[in-house]
Amino acid sequence: MTLPYFIAIPLFTAFLIPLVSRRKGTPAVVLSLAATAALLGLSIQAFLRSPGQTFVYRMSGWKLPVGINLVQDAFSAFMLCMVSLIALTSLVYSVKYIRHLGQDWRYYALFMILVTGMNGVLLTGDIFNLFVFMEISLLAALALVAFGGRAQEFEASFKYAVTASVSASLILIGIAVVYSSTSSLALATVAESLSRKNPLLVLWVGGLFMAGFGVKTAAMPFHAWLPDAHSSAPAPISAMLSGVLIKTLGVYVLVRIFYNVMGAPPLFLHIFLVLGAVSILAGVLLAVGQWDIKRLLAYHSISQIGYILLAVGLNTTLGLVGAVYHMINHAVFKSLLFYNAGALETALGTRDLRKMGNVTKLLPVTSASSMIASLAISGIPPFNGFFSKLVIIIAAVQARQPVYAVVAVVGSLLTLASFTKVQRYGLRGERPVEKLVGRVDWGMKAAMIALAVLCLATSLLILPGIREATLDPVVKVIMDKTQYALTILGK
Amino acid sequence: MTLYALCFALFLVGLYGILTKRDLIKIILSSGIMGYACNLMLVLFGYRHGGMYPILEKGREGAAMVDPLPQALVLTSIVIELGVTALLAALAIRLFQKYKTYDITKIRRLSG
Repeated sequence: MTLPYFIAIPLFTAFLIPLVSRRKGTPAVVLSLAATAALLGLSIQAFLRSPGQTFVYRMSGWKLPVGINLVQDAFSAFMLCMVSLIALTSLVYSVKYIRHLGQDWRYYALFMILVTGMNGVLLTGDIFNLFVFMEISLLAALALVAFGGRAQEFEASFKYAVTASVSASLILIGIAVVYSSTSSLALATVAESLSRKNPLLVLWVGGLFMAGFGVKTAAMPFHAWLPDAHSSAPAPISAMLSGVLIKTLGVYVLVRIFYNVMGAPPLFLHIFLVLGAVSILAGVLLAVGQWDIKRLLAYHSISQIGYILLAVGLNTTLGLVGAVYHMINHAVFKSLLFYNAGALETALGTRDLRKMGNVTKLLPVTSASSMIASLAISGIPPFNGFFSKLVIIIAAVQARQPVYAVVAVVGSLLTLASFTKVQRYGLRGERPVEKLVGRVDWGMKAAMIALAVLCLATSLLILPGIREATLDPVVKVIMDKTQYALTILGK
Repeated sequence: MTLYALCFALFLVGLYGILTKRDLIKIILSSGIMGYACNLMLVLFGYRHGGMYPILEKGREGAAMVDPLPQALVLTSIVIELGVTALLAALAIRLFQKYKTYDITKIRRLSG
């Protein structure tokens, strides 16, 4: 059983780092890199070992109505792979990048706590435990957003913290309502007894969770904190937040609760569709007008999360293939875009697109990888974004929702427009840049190259043969709905 | 029922504070009030009328008890809230050092 290691390894590393590193950061770097590499290996092994199987780990051996259990099925294993992958590239990117922000062992310790929280959310089978892990990762994320120590970073972090505490209250009330009506906190037993209760209860609980986790997802009416927090954080942390945090705390939990626990109630699926469509359009429209490259990318995160929510709301197998596929694709290309933005900021000393120029000669790796990422996010073949958006659009048409298909197409065109702007002003402008302020070092280059390769490699996931081994087991877990509870309870 | 209504009112007081106050410290206090309302709600859900403390003793095995689990949950959530409040206070102090004010209408470097 490798399940507890996903939580124990990063947590133990986080506490070990302050002990071994006094002044120098080298032991912290080595420890955290080793820990995330181990996590990546473990999660890939967990995903490929036995697709379609569910593993349950009972903490201290307590059986279900009493104890807290960890559950690993294809969906959580898939998400674990994604988290570890982005975390590893993000750490490689940070090695030199984070030096100028201060004592770096604190950064690595907080980073490992962030990973602990996310892995915990993905693995836990208990709703209050999920709440605790969510708060662990949020506290680490808040501290990391403010890590740079500049005024606007504190401002963004404060805004994020207040929004997060409101949403945490809503989630806690939701948990209280769930407990008072089902006398249980384990997702499996809640799912079993919720189906026999008054439908009004599902409405209450669903509403509270939709609002609470909707804030974490940053779907459109709940998005106000995201552009500030994601654009103020250091670049590797922006990549972690946009790439994986909003998906683990937001989309993953929403899908788990609304599909596996509540059995996909039609009203909430409709809310998913509307939230998704609004986020796609409003996110991208706000993004087009931005001149700060990181704010532009942050608004695009809202829009791309909209695609995932839209696909989740379709409630068809193809739609969920699109959602799951777009999740990994967005994690890869959005992280890459944030790495590029960080490299540009280091090299040029500005985040304003109007002050940048032609850097194709001086920064070949950054400009090439940013081209790849821009093409991927705008949905140009043969990059991964094209295939997942295509799947989502086809699924919307097949589910007789042509309006939403049109929304997805329009959103994609506007995405292309705004990334044309990034390329035109930021990297391939008319005025050539004479000299650079800072240097893009090997760690940043390695992370960017690795993700640029993955932008192409993940487009293979949709091919028949590979798809059966990777995406289909994940979608099967989601589409089986409350079968999840029966599997865990062993019926 | 009155108790639940009062508890909900307390929650709304906190929400109102977060949405309308301009002072950082008042916002932190409001978020605390909201947290207290949630904790109170959890404890209320575990309350049984005429219930005793949930410890098994000789002589009162059959007696009604209040539900101990929400109390354990509340302890955990109080600790989490402590962490969040401490972080918010630390951020407020750093913001004051940077801007020399607690007024959020004057702390507006990020917008758009």
